[in-house]
Amino acid sequence: MSVKKIHDNQPKEFKFSDENLKKVDQILKKYPEKNKKSAVMPLLYLAQRQNDNWIPLAAMKYIANYLAMPYISVYEVATFYTMYNLAPVGKHFIQVCTTTPCLLRGADKIVKLCKENISPNENEISKKGNCSWMEVECLGACVSAPMLQINDDYYEDLDEKSTKEILISLINDKPLKPGSYRGRKNTSPEKNLIINGEKHA
Amino acid sequence: MLKKENRIFKNLYNELGWDIENSLKRDDWKDTKDLINKGREWIINEVKTSELRGRGGAGFSTGLKWSFAPKEVGSRPHYLVINADESEPGTCKDRDILRFEPQKLIEGCLIAGYTVNAHVCYIYIRGEYLNEGKRLQEAIDQAYAKNFLGKNACGSGWDFDIHIHYGAGAYICGEETALLESIEGNKGQPRLKPPFPALVGLYGCPTIVNNVETVAVVPTILRRGGKWFASIGRPKNTGTKIFCISGNVNAPCNVEEEMGIPLKDLIEKHAGGVVGGWDNLQAVIPGGSSMPLLPKKVCDTLTMDFDSLIENKSGLGTAGVVVINKDQDIVECMARIARFYKHESCGQCTPCREGSGWMWRILDRVVKRKATFSDIDLLSDVTKQIEGHTICAFGEGSAWPVQGLLRHFRKEVESRCREEPLIKKKLNNPYLVDQHLLENKNA
Repeated sequence: MSVKKIHDNQPKEFKFSDENLKKVDQILKKYPEKNKKSAVMPLLYLAQRQNDNWIPLAAMKYIANYLAMPYISVYEVATFYTMYNLAPVGKHFIQVCTTTPCLLRGADKIVKLCKENISPNENEISKKGNCSWMEVECLGACVSAPMLQINDDYYEDLDEKSTKEILISLINDKPLKPGSYRGRKNTSPEKNLIINGEKHA
Repeated sequence: MLKKENRIFKNLYNELGWDIENSLKRDDWKDTKDLINKGREWIINEVKTSELRGRGGAGFSTGLKWSFAPKEVGSRPHYLVINADESEPGTCKDRDILRFEPQKLIEGCLIAGYTVNAHVCYIYIRGEYLNEGKRLQEAIDQAYAKNFLGKNACGSGWDFDIHIHYGAGAYICGEETALLESIEGNKGQPRLKPPFPALVGLYGCPTIVNNVETVAVVPTILRRGGKWFASIGRPKNTGTKIFCISGNVNAPCNVEEEMGIPLKDLIEKHAGGVVGGWDNLQAVIPGGSSMPLLPKKVCDTLTMDFDSLIENKSGLGTAGVVVINKDQDIVECMARIARFYKHESCGQCTPCREGSGWMWRILDRVVKRKATFSDIDLLSDVTKQIEGHTICAFGEGSAWPVQGLLRHFRKEVESRCREEPLIKKKLNNPYLVDQHLLENKNA
């Protein structure tokens, strides 16, 4: 089980914006009338998006009120799932996959680069204040390993050089394009790159 | 090798276009109305004839599962839930179906929904696959625009709606009852079975949960006949399967192949061979991280299907093949997998919650060469204490890889151990203390 810490500085109030309230109505339509509780996960996502990619306690209370469920149940959900951030993260939030298939292809090098370029520790905002990184478990793109996720997008088929370029572009607030960094458009076997591991990370 | 005309996922590599117009050219949605009008009995029988086994890991007969749904709708509505919470390390097949073959999945949902009397289907996608989810939503909207979904879907007289529900990064939600809990808005902790979801599932209603790949192959099976599907592969292990080959191979890839293909062919013909040549192979994890690894001498002759892998004390699982060559430290690889299970345990059953941490800590000691020989027996004992003592199969999934390591690579583990503990001093920990707080920085 993962341990999640609640942030010390909590905002006092939270309210959905008008635009998000419309989205909430759409979400609630998906579920049966008497099972409004099902919407708690999508609503937490909305709150996270509205509040700079993290969920304050006030938002949990607000959602609990909105869905007429106990606050503790919302708290339970928010702390159980790893994708809900309970403390501020960088504007560019980097998640490095380090599970075995990525590890076999050099995820440790990517972690090292993050430590050098972003911040020495996980979940720590970088010096310039716009990035943070963390190690995560399998992101489900194992045939494009090693890879990392920045906010919503996957950056795949990395090596040390391309990772460094990506990280530096983030620090300078000009993120590079997501996708494969060996020019792959799908997960078919590459024909031209049969070299004994040389060209792969 | 699979013949080209027998391939089901013709657009697995997005060479033909994913959108509905291009899908229609590939015979998606062709005669769907007629298939549905042949009736539930016929569909279930055809799927049973095809001997299709669930592609999500357990390999349960799909036709049989569908036949468990109550025949008549009582006071409670029926639900269909599609499991797209693909988080097993080594597996990324469902991602390609969501991205490149969404119409196959949607059509499969309609047919499966009709068969099990469900008017509503939820597709549970893992939260990280946000872009894939958006793509699927687009595809669903296109299907609605063509009246393939909604009221009187596809002219079949059956009303059918599909909703997407995102997960939020919990591996355990791939377990079907945990997934249902998650849709209901609770933490994803598995339920005790029985009652099985087919009778008491989502919101207490009869629910059928199927993997993405299982449902996506159904329309093609019905169109070409169960006998055709059963003719590929070998008896009880029929049809085609998407294999994901990752790790130390020259060209990691997803590839659709027939069941029972030799592992060596799979790696050499499709994935460009092991890095450093076949002789440099150390071990293979044949079915996603939950399945025990197999050493090279087994891999030489291994065929990839459910039953032959069980004979070798492993399993096909999700067919995520992770290749490990001799340049890697096998113990470190397995220690990382143990850490994965420690992180992902939902915390409901004590043997799994505590045991997964024990396994990781012992393996971590082995990697750091601080373990003693007695630790190996302790490790083996811990895996036995977890296996079979938990509500869901996560317990087995976390214990089996470690058992596989001890079964095949005990010498490797022993070579990293020493007689005496490195630190003899007693740790000065307070008597009652939450273990996880002590390792806060590791958690």
